[in-house]
Amino acid sequence: MKETLIIAGFGGQGVLSMGKILAYSGVMQDFEVTWMPSYGPEMRGGTANVTVILSDRKISSPIAHEFDTAIILNQQSMEKFEPMVKPGGVLIYDTNGITRHPVREDISVFAIDATAECARLGQAKLFNTMILGGYLKVRPVVDMQNVMIGLKKSLPERAWKMLPDNEKAIIHGGEIIRKIR
Amino acid sequence: MAEKEVKLMKGNEVIAHAAIRYGCDGYFGYPITPQSEVMETLMELKPWETTGMVVLQAESEISSINMVYGGAATGKRVMTSSSSPGISLMAEGISYLAGAELPCLIINCQRGGPGLGTIQPSQGDYFQAVKGGGHGDYKLIVFAPNSVQEMHDHVAEAFDLAFKYRNPAMILADGAIGQMMEKVVLAPQRPRKTDEELKAECDAWAAMGKPAGRERNVVTSLELQSEKMEIINQRLQAKYKTLEENEVRFEAVECDDADYVIVAFGSSARICSATVEMARAEGLKVGLLRPITLYPFPTQQIAELAARGVKGFLSAELNAGQMVEDVRLAVGGKAPVEHYGRQGGMLFNPDEVLAALKDKLIKK
Repeated sequence: MKETLIIAGFGGQGVLSMGKILAYSGVMQDFEVTWMPSYGPEMRGGTANVTVILSDRKISSPIAHEFDTAIILNQQSMEKFEPMVKPGGVLIYDTNGITRHPVREDISVFAIDATAECARLGQAKLFNTMILGGYLKVRPVVDMQNVMIGLKKSLPERAWKMLPDNEKAIIHGGEIIRKIR
Repeated sequence: MAEKEVKLMKGNEVIAHAAIRYGCDGYFGYPITPQSEVMETLMELKPWETTGMVVLQAESEISSINMVYGGAATGKRVMTSSSSPGISLMAEGISYLAGAELPCLIINCQRGGPGLGTIQPSQGDYFQAVKGGGHGDYKLIVFAPNSVQEMHDHVAEAFDLAFKYRNPAMILADGAIGQMMEKVVLAPQRPRKTDEELKAECDAWAAMGKPAGRERNVVTSLELQSEKMEIINQRLQAKYKTLEENEVRFEAVECDDADYVIVAFGSSARICSATVEMARAEGLKVGLLRPITLYPFPTQQIAELAARGVKGFLSAELNAGQMVEDVRLAVGGKAPVEHYGRQGGMLFNPDEVLAALKDKLIKK
């Protein structure tokens, strides 16, 4: 098993923490993991992305030029990363603010309206765990039990009161993701 | 489910944990991207409340390195960390530490230069780390970690060698290794050295109070008599020769039957290990020689590969071509040696390295 994933969007969407939750979940499942962020000025209001690799073998390069899965959360990232999904791979995107939808026919495309759903629930903070839940529905690379442990381990103790809401958001993300093609 | 003692951590964070667990006595630093998490993590862990380790934010890099000089002069295990422009500021102090033969640990989490450059990863400080950087004929012991686990392990290894040879040691990392998170197993906590232990180990040279029975220890790099200064230089050179003979560390991946060998260190070696996998999948016999110590450099190991009949070497570095000069010296004209690199904070992909290998060496 090897999953090479890019999560890309705006700074503030929780892109890096989503990657961290997934990476910690992978550790709980005994996988080798790497979490390689973009860092620096990109994070302040601009684009932010993180490459997460989960594997049952030693991971050679933490840098990838093609991805099994891309989670795309803004238009700039769509331009940049849609072409980098492997043929037969998966693209997941939030339709909010997307003006040019994915065009590739050789990959599976899923949409999740997490921005809209979080607005409806009045819970903007649950955005990234909802997306994560959608991803795990499509690519169940880690057992849900380990995801919940990974979630707890990647949050500071002061945020543990948010755990039940985030757990629900992960489940709910799996319910609202839909296949486009 | 029993919880394992496996942590997920950034390379920079693990430096802090490893230093505390090694029994480090003091850290003196000044923040700079992409390594600020080293001091941030130390401040968060508050080791002064547990092991008694001092953590101090100095007013500048120049102060940090001179605090390291002061701590090291008393036989304590002290360290600093910075990134490229900050290391340049420390260069004078590093030369003094080497001249006074003081053991210490310096972390350089490199970013792109020259000047203020960029905050993205680079390996543009290879020359500075292995050829001097400061003035005078001196060498640092230089480790190049390629994973978060090695960031952890090299703290203890570098400190041990620094004390064994009474010489400053450097961990030459970069923004990619510093910012990346991976699994890591932390070493058990070791106690800091007691005063008695320090006395037993460093009484011959360190400034820790003059007992009645011996002469004063003087820690200095100054010697105005040229005859004496030359003898000091010769002693340093003899020490460096011993280091070169005994402390070279490297990893050879698929080199035994390789027609072509990529030489790469640190984060670029990680990327190139995927290049080797891709090349082998295409039936190309490609290996990777990874210097783990950049000084001392695995000259002999590379020379042996060249003597064995390797058809070409590619030095893949995140710079304009620095280590390639040492690879050429080692190969000694027996095979072509080419360089492939990216600069300014750009990383290369495994497939780009493979394309460069084909273009520069295999097609010829």
